[in-house]
Amino acid sequence: MKCCDKMDSETKKEIIMEHYMHPLNRDTIEDSNYIKVNTNSETCIDNIDVYVLIKNDILEDIHFDGEACAISTSAASIMTKLLKGKSVREIRDLIKDYYDMIETGNTYDNLNEALVYSDIYKQQNRKGCATIPWRGIEKALNEYEKSK
Amino acid sequence: MNREDFPILNNNIIYLDNGATTLKPKVVIDKMNVYYSSYSANAHRGDYKISLRVDNEYENTRDLVRKFIHASSKKEIVFTSGTTQSINMVVFGFFSNYLEANDEIILTKSEHASNVLPWFKIAKDNNYKIKYIELDDNYEVTIDNLKKVITPNTRVISLAGITNVIGDARPLREVISIAHDNNILVVVDGAQMVPHMKVDVKALDIDFLAFSAHKMCGPTGVGVLYGKEELLDKVIPQNFGGGMNESFDNLEEVYLKSLPTRLEAGTPNISGVIGFGAAIEYIQSKGINNIRKKELELGKYLYEELSKIRHITMVNKKPSSIISFNVDNIFAQDVAVYLDKYGICVRAGNHCAKIIKDEIGIKNTIRVSLYFYNTKEEIDKLVELLKDKNKILNEML
Repeated sequence: MKCCDKMDSETKKEIIMEHYMHPLNRDTIEDSNYIKVNTNSETCIDNIDVYVLIKNDILEDIHFDGEACAISTSAASIMTKLLKGKSVREIRDLIKDYYDMIETGNTYDNLNEALVYSDIYKQQNRKGCATIPWRGIEKALNEYEKSK
Repeated sequence: MNREDFPILNNNIIYLDNGATTLKPKVVIDKMNVYYSSYSANAHRGDYKISLRVDNEYENTRDLVRKFIHASSKKEIVFTSGTTQSINMVVFGFFSNYLEANDEIILTKSEHASNVLPWFKIAKDNNYKIKYIELDDNYEVTIDNLKKVITPNTRVISLAGITNVIGDARPLREVISIAHDNNILVVVDGAQMVPHMKVDVKALDIDFLAFSAHKMCGPTGVGVLYGKEELLDKVIPQNFGGGMNESFDNLEEVYLKSLPTRLEAGTPNISGVIGFGAAIEYIQSKGINNIRKKELELGKYLYEELSKIRHITMVNKKPSSIISFNVDNIFAQDVAVYLDKYGICVRAGNHCAKIIKDEIGIKNTIRVSLYFYNTKEEIDKLVELLKDKNKILNEML
């Protein structure tokens, strides 16, 4: 589904605010089968824990929790929705595309709802917020692959 | 008050982050420019005119600092890169030799990282104990709570004169008096105090005092360590090199200079120190008591106005020139980004006081920290923008 590449900025804002006010998969997981990673930033105050359950290279479940701003919280919520059920390989590709979009504004259809952040590259002080959760999943994948 | 003195204010910003750093008046900027354009020689080196002028200006600042904090002697004033280096110098150069295993260091949970982490490091390495004065319901230090943590093993108390989260002034006179009755030394982190109120190190009987130039209209990269001469004399230099030695021939024959140059190895931040002198003169021309009065008036006004807004929760329980708060259910950083769209500079975060969360129960806040050049009109603009929560939610992205 191509949902977001032609969105106007008001629609993007609405989606971001919806995910901020009512984030998906926001909870703390106490299950040792999940990989838990912390992700934060040196330049801002966001601090998020990401919990992932990966089996046979498929992300079966993903949650997050922590203290974070509207951009970071919504980005985490959208990320969990987008990545659940995907393979490690697919996720690696999405991470690459997402980082490129945040840096340059290039858009990729497969980023789906995460395309709401396609204008973030214009806001220096928000780029970090938008990538924090994604750096968390990247870290989690690294841990998963190391443990294989 | 004197807004025309600050060139940066022509940019139409509302600067409310004075706890982080203050704006620089033109006289300070000019003073440093003149050094670079007219006599940019090194200090304590040459026998030529412009180098002597450097020495005179550099040492003149030392004397201005001495008078400003009412120290007895210029020997007691050491220039550093800032409060952080000053505290590290006294912790690693003095207390790591002075303390013995199981000795106790008293701090509070509302200290800045610079007055926590150096102590953590020496405590961990040498088996000293860290204790905290319990803060009262207003997050303040009380003498009763101080007395509760003092034991026969207590050797030093290190605390901010004014904290950087809620701007409360500590009862230094009583703290120091009780400390000295118990043979305890006192280190005062003066970063938020010296720029804002009269400090008399002799009357207060402070043992060590650290502060920064940039928080008092001066340049970044300059600070002061004050120490009573007999104590400062025991500080072991953390930096050895040029400018601090008298002579050396071999390992056995190294002779160091006397105070304070022994503790100022290497080429110092000359333009910064000279600019700092201009900053002190500038502050003196305004009057430190007038500065305090003005910022407390503004703080009271801000506190009252914020109290009227239902969706704002303040950490402060009384007025102060530093006020921390949150807009209910909106992350501090989002509010700061929103205010920035209107040219208002505030801080969002934990303000480097990471262990105060144990006391106040919240990690991140918005902080407004005032100085004498702020105005009621600026506060009105801030309050107006904070009043409408829907506007914040609509515009914060």
